[in-house]
Amino acid sequence: MDKLRELYQSMILDHSQHPHNYKVLAGANLTADGHNPLCGDQITIYIKVENDLIKEISFQGQGCAISKASTSIMTTILKGKTVNEAQAIFIKFQHMIKSGEYDIEEMGKLAVLAGVHKYPVRVKCAILPWHTAVNSLKSTDQSEVFSTE
Amino acid sequence: MPFDVQKVRADFPNLRQQVHGKPLVYLDNAATTHKPQSVINAVSNFYSKYNANVHRALYQQAAEATEAYEAVRDKVAQLINAPDRRSIVFTSGTTESINLLAYAWGRHNLRPGDEILVTEMEHHSNLIPWQLAARDTGATLRYIPIRDDGTLDLENPEQYFTDKTKLVAFTHQSNVFGAINPARQIIELAHAVGAITVVDAAQSVPHMAVDVVELDCDFLAFSGHKMLGPTGVGVLYGKPELLEQMSPFFGGGEMIRTVTMEKSTWAEIPWKFEAGTPKIAQVIGLGAAINYLNQLSYKTIGQYEQELTDYTLASLKDLDGLTIHGNPQQRGPVISFNVDAVHPHDLAQFLDEEGVAIRAGHHCAQPLMQRLGVPATSRVSIYLYNTKAEIDIFIESITNTIRFMTG
Repeated sequence: MDKLRELYQSMILDHSQHPHNYKVLAGANLTADGHNPLCGDQITIYIKVENDLIKEISFQGQGCAISKASTSIMTTILKGKTVNEAQAIFIKFQHMIKSGEYDIEEMGKLAVLAGVHKYPVRVKCAILPWHTAVNSLKSTDQSEVFSTE
Repeated sequence: MPFDVQKVRADFPNLRQQVHGKPLVYLDNAATTHKPQSVINAVSNFYSKYNANVHRALYQQAAEATEAYEAVRDKVAQLINAPDRRSIVFTSGTTESINLLAYAWGRHNLRPGDEILVTEMEHHSNLIPWQLAARDTGATLRYIPIRDDGTLDLENPEQYFTDKTKLVAFTHQSNVFGAINPARQIIELAHAVGAITVVDAAQSVPHMAVDVVELDCDFLAFSGHKMLGPTGVGVLYGKPELLEQMSPFFGGGEMIRTVTMEKSTWAEIPWKFEAGTPKIAQVIGLGAAINYLNQLSYKTIGQYEQELTDYTLASLKDLDGLTIHGNPQQRGPVISFNVDAVHPHDLAQFLDEEGVAIRAGHHCAQPLMQRLGVPATSRVSIYLYNTKAEIDIFIESITNTIRFMTG
């Protein structure tokens, strides 16, 4: 129980109960749906991207505390980043979630999710928003739904 | 003989296992059940004492294996009161049983304009095979709706049961709400319009006496592993005259009578539907599971499970912010619920830390989740070896999780 309580520490609970940037984004020029069919988790991410720069990002949807917190933290990190920077952070984040290894300088507040690696079933919960956002930034087909499966 | 749950529990080795250093509290019995030592021994004895293929060789062990395998067919027939042992086809489980019907009956009998009638509470295993059959034949899939209490809305049956209805497939007991559907009534409505009936009994046969003569169903399907038996074995019951009219599903050894380069003729039912080497060990294990259920009796099991279900419902109702989905009067030991402050996956994860195994998700019933307007629910499902003390641990774990998650 202690390890799990450690993971669901105040920051994750706070982000899941009071998510940041939880709204439909007026002026978004990119909307991406992410779906985890095994859990039923569903998120929509709204991005305003100009000249490869993420000017604004927000989300709405349903999911567990891990996926909600991960999405909320992601929106605070990605604002102001270029598409390539977002991609680079995603790769490092994915590595951290799967292995538990990370560089605190690089991960910053994303590090609160490192403990997810101990719960393999939940890895998809943490990664879904990143998968959805980053792939939609790279994709040309805007009607695509990103799925964990 | 009074029901002694501790004596029953002693028969199940996996119930003595620990999870995260805590005793396992297993409340996911609608997914699969644990196996008594007698079932494990039956499977093990087959492999260690008389392992052989069935229906073929002339040597002693093959005869023993065939006898043991075929004896279970009689046992299954007796369990569901099938008058004719030829009605019992062994499959890999409910899913295969229903797919067999959707192909061997559906693809040959459904035409464009025909209607297949299912319900809004079907498990995917009794839905997807019919969606595929409808797609391939041009038939239309229709749904009997559910009411908010989790029961079927059969108030205006003429809306759904029409002269276009060719097949009615429905679950006997919901794997989400636990509602026991009025099978006899549905089958009468179906027969009145000339439709054949398929009962998904995966959740009912483990818990209650199911009588195919009394139901007058045309087909009925269930799985071994949800009723103390091994995985990989299930049953399709069919009225002999219907099974005889049907083409085979799988082709291969065992299901043929004569084979030439050009064509073949089929074995008698039920072997026509048992192509290849059957699930010999699993069928023998299923026989031991049926023995175990018979020895306790459905009456005793039903009374005990009902008592435990009532206790669980009452305990859950005492918790703040907890919604129980559906409130059927006729119900089996399955309860779905949501907690306001805690997502089902977070709840299941915290319960696991306490050794409590429950299910969180869509329970292979996505259309039903859409109907309920929730992406997922938590589900607790009880079996004959669960105890009130386990329910208390379950309730206490929920309370602790809510307290932690809401600060």
